[in-house]
Amino acid sequence: MNNSEYKQKALDKSSSGRTIEMVNKSLSRRYKAERRFRRYGQVAIIISLGFLCLLFISIISKGYPAFYQTFIQIDVFLDPDVLPKDKLSTANYPGLIKKSLSSEFPEVELRREKKQLYGMVSIGAYYQIRKMVMKNRDMIGTTQTVWVPVDDDIDMLAKGHIDRNTPELERRVKDIQLAWFDRWDKAGKIKKRFNTTFFTSGDSREPEMSGIWGAMAGSLYVLVVTLLLSFPIGVAAAVYLEEFASKSRWVDLIEVNINNLAAVPSIVFGLLGLAIFINFFGLPRSAPLVGGLVLTLMTLPIIIIASRAALQSVPPSIRQAALGVGASKMQTVFHHVFPLALPGILTGTIIGISRALGETAPLLMIGMVAFIVDVPGSFTDPSTVLPVQIYLWADSPERAFVERTSAAILVLLALLIATNFLAVLLRNRFERRW
Amino acid sequence: METNESTGQKGFQTVGETKVENPRMTCRDVNVYYGDKHAIKHVGIDIGRNQVIAMIGPSGCGKSTFIRCLNRMNDTIPRCRVTGEILLDDTNIYDRDIDVVPLRAQVGMVFQKPNPFPKSIYDNVAYGPRIHGLAQNKAELDEYVETSLKRAGLWEEVKDRLDHSGTSLSGGQQQRLCIARTIAVSPEVILMDEPCSALDPIATAKIEGLIDELRTHYTIVIVTHSMQQAARVSQRTAYFHMGDLVEVGITDKVFTNPRHKLTEDYITGRFG
Repeated sequence: MNNSEYKQKALDKSSSGRTIEMVNKSLSRRYKAERRFRRYGQVAIIISLGFLCLLFISIISKGYPAFYQTFIQIDVFLDPDVLPKDKLSTANYPGLIKKSLSSEFPEVELRREKKQLYGMVSIGAYYQIRKMVMKNRDMIGTTQTVWVPVDDDIDMLAKGHIDRNTPELERRVKDIQLAWFDRWDKAGKIKKRFNTTFFTSGDSREPEMSGIWGAMAGSLYVLVVTLLLSFPIGVAAAVYLEEFASKSRWVDLIEVNINNLAAVPSIVFGLLGLAIFINFFGLPRSAPLVGGLVLTLMTLPIIIIASRAALQSVPPSIRQAALGVGASKMQTVFHHVFPLALPGILTGTIIGISRALGETAPLLMIGMVAFIVDVPGSFTDPSTVLPVQIYLWADSPERAFVERTSAAILVLLALLIATNFLAVLLRNRFERRW
Repeated sequence: METNESTGQKGFQTVGETKVENPRMTCRDVNVYYGDKHAIKHVGIDIGRNQVIAMIGPSGCGKSTFIRCLNRMNDTIPRCRVTGEILLDDTNIYDRDIDVVPLRAQVGMVFQKPNPFPKSIYDNVAYGPRIHGLAQNKAELDEYVETSLKRAGLWEEVKDRLDHSGTSLSGGQQQRLCIARTIAVSPEVILMDEPCSALDPIATAKIEGLIDELRTHYTIVIVTHSMQQAARVSQRTAYFHMGDLVEVGITDKVFTNPRHKLTEDYITGRFG
């Protein structure tokens, strides 16, 4: 008696009617379990989406006012006595504005009150007037009507962040300043405009003069260094390890080490960078070059691991096909395997770069946390990066930096989304089926 | 255990005619080890010119491993070791100074699963001539592609869409495209590792007809699971069992009058 005959006997024993009953009984239980499991999944997704929405709503509602700045209209008499032609750049511009403000409120005579009046206009106004005069010297001797930014406290008042009902002593804006503000406002001399300063200047102690561009430029320099170093080195290492290296104990050891490196806390890379690049090689502190080198160390394992996975996922039949018609190892890899693995390699690279873009800790160690006003112009200029700028602003006491912190987070998120979008585009562009 | 006649080493005694006159390839005492596993044991066989030789045997008997020795595809497998002597026109392909790249141009291979490159039909066929620098200009390359596709019996079906992806073809067409790609580099020997196992009967019939035509230009070694296929396309048949070459002979004789008990059991369906 062979196998199939045994099976037939076993089947005969249980009548077919009873089998279907048992199946039906268990069926409803199975479907219930399936529905339950699906609901768990949906709940999990709704919860995570909810938190994500909460995060975005909170950041956007806090951050978007920073994209607007309150301006005030004043008439400035460009006094030729104050503006000698040969000393235009060092002339007393604050004096011009103070004079203009005093003439608008002639009743203000107390020294303390005058100081409060002058304090309502941002010191950025002085630079604005200077720039205007330097650009067009013919204006000297005339009276110009200009819109100048107000001080951050007044800006907060205009944006409704300052409660007029709190006692004067606990308020940043005094009663008398409130009265002046209301008078200006009534006269239509207060206006909110798009805050270009935020996107064109570097950091500043004055919130209304601070901008994100310095940090963004720093981030770009750092990312250029990171990308230029980690992509070619990482991909070359992955291709060598995956395609050319003979399987030996050394290769296994290297692989284990690379996997471990990917799990090393990033601050350790910062310390390594400080010890090697700055202390040993004497590279400048706070420089995007060093930042890029440190982030390269951090990104390399990610790129190597992702690239190796992408190379492994290329079907071996493609390799065999190429070898079978007499392609050399090198031709097989670069004509067939590498192009097919490229989408995966690019995805891995962009994930690594996105991580580098959001990295803070290692850059603190190499001095990129310094207060830097100038926008960096080269790879060795002192600079900071976006996440560090966020950290610095979040640490500042002024109310106006709160919205700037959120606005900077928005800019960082926008950059991250843009890089991820680029990743998807590149992947679709290079994706080929087999 | 008997003593192998050709080597004097301990091994299985192959029955039948292992030798032919004026062979294209000659294998003497070929052994393959995967690590400690002895996958091919003391195999000696000749492969005749412009002939189809079929390798049959149960799964895992080593027939695929053996034909992969003939163009050194086993080199790509780590821990795989080959000993013995395989001559292609009196040159031992396992000599230390043999370059596998020209060898694989001389001994082409068609695989079990159709594996066209994810490129256009034209590029698939032109790849071999391109990397070996066979064509001087575009016109010559076009000729290589056309001739190869014609020999592979695919030209009429694809001549209007050479720029389409090779992977867009049907399974049978893909396999013929792979054959065209292989013959585009003008090999002397074509190895086919179960070329029809992933195809339907109509596509299989086409490939079998093609193999018969190709015989006039090339020497063909085919591994197959189907004894009917072996009987239809081959002139000689070799039966492998557990890494041993059991019997070699004229196909008709092997199928009608097997000399070894194992061969008889296999082809009568009592085993395998």
